[in-house]
Parts: sequence; C-alpha cells; structure tokens
Amino acid sequence: MSEKFDEIPMAGNIIKPGNATEYKTGGWRSERPVHIPETCLWIKNGTCGICWIYCPDMAIKLIEKDGKYEFEYDYDYCKGCGICYNECPTDSIKMEKE
Amino acid sequence: MTVAKDKISIEGLTGDAAIAHALKQCDLDVLAAYPITPQTIIVEDFQKFAADGEVQTAVIPVESEHSAMSACVGASATGARVATASASAGLALMWEILYCAASMRMPIVFTVANRALSAPINIHNDHSDGMGMRDSGFVQLYCQSSQEAYDTTIMAFKIAEDHDILLPVMVGIDGFILSHNVERVEMLPTDVVTDFLGIREPVQPLHPDKPITMGPLALTDYYFEFKEQQDRAIQEVPKIYKKVEKEFEKLTGRSYGMIEEYKTDDAEIIILAMSTMGGTAKAVADVLREKGEKVGVIRLKMFRPFPVEEICKAIGDAKAVMIFEKAMSFGAVTHPLAMEIRSALYEAENRPMVLDFVVGLGGRDVPPTTFVEGYEKTKKYLEKGEAPLYETLGVRK
Repeated sequence: MSEKFDEIPMAGNIIKPGNATEYKTGGWRSERPVHIPETCLWIKNGTCGICWIYCPDMAIKLIEKDGKYEFEYDYDYCKGCGICYNECPTDSIKMEKE
Repeated sequence: MTVAKDKISIEGLTGDAAIAHALKQCDLDVLAAYPITPQTIIVEDFQKFAADGEVQTAVIPVESEHSAMSACVGASATGARVATASASAGLALMWEILYCAASMRMPIVFTVANRALSAPINIHNDHSDGMGMRDSGFVQLYCQSSQEAYDTTIMAFKIAEDHDILLPVMVGIDGFILSHNVERVEMLPTDVVTDFLGIREPVQPLHPDKPITMGPLALTDYYFEFKEQQDRAIQEVPKIYKKVEKEFEKLTGRSYGMIEEYKTDDAEIIILAMSTMGGTAKAVADVLREKGEKVGVIRLKMFRPFPVEEICKAIGDAKAVMIFEKAMSFGAVTHPLAMEIRSALYEAENRPMVLDFVVGLGGRDVPPTTFVEGYEKTKKYLEKGEAPLYETLGVRK
C-alpha cells in the first residue's frame, strides 16, 4: 500500500487476475466462530460437512490426516457471518465477540 | 503537404451535419446515443450513413443518455473507437458516467450541441450543460464554425487516444446558432482522415484471453493516487493538442489554437468569449477599431484544461478584460469563465480590471449592441476605478 501514483496500473485497473486473495477480509469480522470438536460429526466420523458447504468464503478447512479428521477456520478470510453457526445440525459451532 | 484542392469536397453543412460527416470519416467502431435537440441531426445523419452501409459502425440506440455513455464506456474498454452526442438534459442524465468515462481513461469523443438546462424547459443555446460537466475530467473544446466543428471532431480522436492522455473529449457547438446554421465546409478525403488518425491502439483493453478488472473499488488507500494520475494526464493535453493541430495544419492549412487572438497586441480592452460569440465579438472589435478604440478579442476554444499561460500572455498589459459568458454558477463569486480568468490573472504583474457579463441564457440573442453596451460600461468602470463582480446584460430588469 506504499506505492506512489506512478507505480500502480492506470485508472485502478487490476491487470493480474485472481488476486482477491491478497485482500484479507477477515478484518471485517465482529464475531468469530469457535468450533466445538466434542459433538462435531466431521471429527467423530468424517461426515456432515454442512458448515463447509455453506461457508461463502471457503474459510472452513475439513482435513483428513492419517485416518483422523481435523477442523480449522481460516480467520484471514472468515468475515464472521455466522452461517456455519446457524447451519450446524449438532450445535458444534458457537459465536464469540472479537 | 496540404491536400490538393481537387481532392477536397465542399458542401454547405450545419454544425451538426459537419460533425456527422467528420464522425463518418473517423472509422468509428461504436456509436451509442439517445436523441435530444439540438444535437439530434448528428446521430440522425450518422444512422443514415450506417443504414446505407457507408460506415462499419455498430450504432446502439439506447434507452437513455445514462445508458448511452455507459455503452460508450463498455465499448471503449474493449479498445473500440467510440463517439456519442448529447445536450442539456440528456447530458445532465449522463452525469454519473461522465466521471466514470474520464476516470477510467476512456478516449470517447462526445459531441455536444450546447443547450440551456431546465427549468423552465428551453431548447436554445447557452453553456450551462458544458459548464455543468466542467469538473468531470473531460477535455472541453468549444467551436465557432461548422468548419471548426468538423476539424475539431477529427482532431479530438487523436488527442483523446494519445497514450499520454487517454481521456474523453467534449466537442461543443452552440445549439441552433451553429448546430442548425448552414455554412461552407471543406472536407478531407476519407483516406487522408484514416491515415491521420490511424487505428486506435488501446493500452489495457478488455480481452477474454487476458482478463483484467476495470473500475474496481478503491478506497482511502488508493483512490487519491488514481486522481493524481488523472490530473497529470489532463495537464499533458496542451502539449498533445499543439502536436495534433500542427499535423492537421499540414494537411489542411487550418489551425485554431487553444485560444484565438484577434487584434489583442495593442488592445486596451479585451473581449473574452467562447464559441459563436467569438465571431460577433470580432465584428464588434472591427467597428470599434474604426472609431479609434483599442479593442481586441480572445476567443477561448479550450476550456479544459484551462490554458492559463496563453490567456495571460494574450491579455498582456490590457487595462480591462470583459468576459461575455453564457452560464451562471448560482451563488458563486463570479460565473464560471470569469472565475477561471480571475484566478489565472491573480499572479499577473499588471492585473487588469475583470468584468463579467452574463449574457444569452436560454438562447437570448447576443447581438453586437450587447457587446457595445458592455464596452461602454467597462469604460465607465475604468474611469471610476471599480466595477461590480458580475452583471447580466440583455435581460429585462
């Protein structure tokens, strides 16, 4: 963000496609989703995944490693919309104030 | 070398028709417009050229002027050569997209038959529409004759599309006074115009093979830098304008300058006006000169960017500058043209008295007698050593 006027493309044109990832939208979040592994079906047996399907920002990572199921939030891009919290059938996600 | 006389075609054309003929020769890719008096003939004639197969242009008859300018921006973004035309209320409806066209650096040529703004509704000439868009980032060129309208329209593309500029250009003619007045126009052979303009070489066009994003969001962190770019681009216009005009002069023998000076060298009082008023002013100056009065005329052609240096040099040591302008900036110190001149002259060593006469609103005639009335008032003000900031002439009061 330190570029001068003559170091950036003309008229605000974005000449490199697919660079939206450089903008970390996680900064918009006022509430953060927190995962409760004890009741989560993905952790239990690798099923459900409804939170992953609904997340509009692809900020949920469902990981399968050495036969174990892990769950991670990508807080760089999670805007805290609460859709995962709303959709979770086992109430395994809670929202906390940032 | 100038083009041989037998290659030139001469016709009696209205200002609108002259512009339409110029557009026909400029190898337009797209023209998107919505009809509005007194610009209608430009698009009407052009549509006829398109219907008759005389041009290979996609003519888009849109549903509003907002859409007209939007279509032009979209087309120009792909690298097309694009033009549109409008006036008055239509121009006002384009307002939002005028700023987009300039900020997105689209070299669109926008021909305008200058007309008063509502209300009350009025179809006749003044400069309210042009002055309304003065801060949009468009280059603004105002013409005095049909010949100049033809010439300027052609040159406008070359200025707009120059890689140092990449800005839209407005070419203004006085509604009805010029748009509907038949004058002798010399037209270049089309191949000469084609060679003169060449094919537009876009810098960053939209193309599916090389995707880019245009007109995205830029907030507190970047917006200001893009405005800096834009400001620097418009400051380059005088340099490119002179270059383009010189090239055009080689072909035609005609050039206009950013300002036209008439008998200003030894003038004590200078009349400053734009567009067709320049012609009347020059006739008035001739008559007053015969009576021994030292009067000169500056006809301003380029309003944006404002040619400060040229204006100051032309005014020189004159005692007074009388500005005749056809627009009001309600509640301002003076009206648009006089504000510019006052600012331009602020640093001058011998600052002349600046008189601002608002005339001709809504097409009210501005005959030679109006200029003489202003001249007599100015002489009185000079004797008194003071003058009002502005006054209206030619209105019943």
